Amino acid sequence: MRGKLKAATAALALVAFAGAAHADGELNIYNWGDYTSPEMIKKFEQTHNVKVTITDYDSNDTALAKVRAGGHGFDIVVPSANYVPIWVKEDLLLEARPDQMENFKNVDPRWVDVPWDPGRHYTVPWQWGYTGTAVNSKVYSGDINTSALFLDPPAELVGKINVAPEMNDVLFATIKYFGGNWCTDDKELLKKVRDKLVEAKTKWLAMDYSVTEKLPAGDYSGVYYWNGAIMRSRLANPDIKIGYPKEGYPLFMDSVAILKDAKNVENAKLFMNFIMDPENAAMLSAFAKYANGIKGSENFMPEEMKTAPELVIPAEFEKAGEFLESCSPEVLSLYSRIWTDVQK
Amino acid sequence: MDTASEVAKRAERADVRSRWLLSAPALLVIFFAAVGPLFVMLAYSFMVKGDYGDVKPGEFSLDGWFSVFFQRDIFDDTVGLADAHLSIFWRSVKLSLITTMLALAFGFPTAYFIATRPARTREVWVFLITIPFWTNLLIRTFAMQEVIRNEGILNTLMMWLGLIDQPIQLMYTDAAILFGMVYVYLPLMVLPLYASMEKLDFNLVEAGYDLYATRLRVLWRIIIPLVRPGVIAGSILVFIPSLGAYVIPRVLGGGKNMMLGNLIELQFGAGRNWPLGAAISITLMAIVMLALLVYVRNEARSGAQNV
Repeated sequence: MRGKLKAATAALALVAFAGAAHADGELNIYNWGDYTSPEMIKKFEQTHNVKVTITDYDSNDTALAKVRAGGHGFDIVVPSANYVPIWVKEDLLLEARPDQMENFKNVDPRWVDVPWDPGRHYTVPWQWGYTGTAVNSKVYSGDINTSALFLDPPAELVGKINVAPEMNDVLFATIKYFGGNWCTDDKELLKKVRDKLVEAKTKWLAMDYSVTEKLPAGDYSGVYYWNGAIMRSRLANPDIKIGYPKEGYPLFMDSVAILKDAKNVENAKLFMNFIMDPENAAMLSAFAKYANGIKGSENFMPEEMKTAPELVIPAEFEKAGEFLESCSPEVLSLYSRIWTDVQK
Repeated sequence: MDTASEVAKRAERADVRSRWLLSAPALLVIFFAAVGPLFVMLAYSFMVKGDYGDVKPGEFSLDGWFSVFFQRDIFDDTVGLADAHLSIFWRSVKLSLITTMLALAFGFPTAYFIATRPARTREVWVFLITIPFWTNLLIRTFAMQEVIRNEGILNTLMMWLGLIDQPIQLMYTDAAILFGMVYVYLPLMVLPLYASMEKLDFNLVEAGYDLYATRLRVLWRIIIPLVRPGVIAGSILVFIPSLGAYVIPRVLGGGKNMMLGNLIELQFGAGRNWPLGAAISITLMAIVMLALLVYVRNEARSGAQNV
């Protein structure tokens, strides 16, 4: 008995030691939940002998608040386009100069001179997509390319709608629905926006993140949500159809950045370079079902993704998509008041 | 005689000193982990909000407190009551009160059942009541979701039994929040109730029956007055966490209707209004303190009656 225990302890110690000796370093990634391909992380760990730890957040503001508070221990963060300028302005990001890295040549020129990081001095593209509409075509068969699906929902969908709990995306669609522009402070228009949302919300079922399970299962029949999650829902249930609201829908791109107070800067730079490799970028997309910004990655993507309606936006709807800039604090406090009114 | 009293005094002083020393670690923890952050919150609630969250330190403002209760209308600039906040306050208080009443309705017979078992088996029953605490709250909440969702256990069972022919929408309603809160906080009601029922002298109950009291009368005039401290302690223990509940309304309520916990989170997150968040937190605590004060006063009065 004693002997066995000793042997077991020795074996455990060996495993622990081997584990410790295995990795040359660490990398702590702070990213959105359910967004990082585990296979790609494993490949990175094996290629560079680095142990990766991933921590989730569920909103840009959560991430910003936590990192600003300090003592977080993260090396990498993945903010959305409209938040990158805030991170830079608040002096939280390292000017890592990814544009001088070896794999930068793979970045699609469309994503190099972006307004939130001209010339890409701080960030590299992670994934991009849009917030679209989707329905279960067995429940509703009318026009789905409109925000009216959730703002003036057809009778079949009333009480079965889930809307992304994301202030900016919801307000953007509603402002566009009334013909306004993002960051508008036109009070007459905003009053219409608020009244419409307060009224529409009574016809929604939820404002939740669990679309990938509940849309295919039939708990929801209509959603206003991110395209990758909609694609994952369609793969689970072929009746799910995606729409592109013609009045206007938000595009997003999340970009990888290194934090100024990162402890593992070299590993973080290795990671930046690593995800600009087409094969690795393809792994990201294959997992989360969003497009990436890397040329040539399509050659490594699964067949189902090359033709997916969720990823290939039809030309006629391309113009309606728009990146959201960050509005001034005054406008933002108006928007956040409207949002509280909607959620009361 | 002189020396004797001096010795006694010295002993007493030493006793007091050692008591202070022994309680020092606990007092330090309370000071730094509870009272300290509270003062930080209080200070934050009087500051100017930062542009991207946080506060501008040192800049004094009453805006946070003003906007807890009042708002300048976004559209015509008139000052009115903060209708959104007040309705969230009201929803929280209402749901917490109903939760407390339901927990009492279910917890009372349970505690009575346990208290009337033979002494040996009682421990087993109490042990069973504490089992849910072994599982994390979040996991229990998601388990509840599996029970009440449209394709969940409850709806499937009722459809199989032929009670309903299509699923009842339970998820994402106030009923779902209530269901979750009663389930999660029920043990907090049962345990103090049981503690006071265990001390109940059942001879008094028998005496009541001997004097031809009906069952209802025995319950109303003998049992309930005797276990009142347990009822009150249990109600407080259920009411307070219900009022601040965050996970349960978020998961089971579908995030469409906020409770106070969610409103506070919004202000520290996407709302980027920390002073308001801090002021609402302190208001929540004030409500809790008020409930406790009522409790203490009730206790004092019933104590006086017993003497």
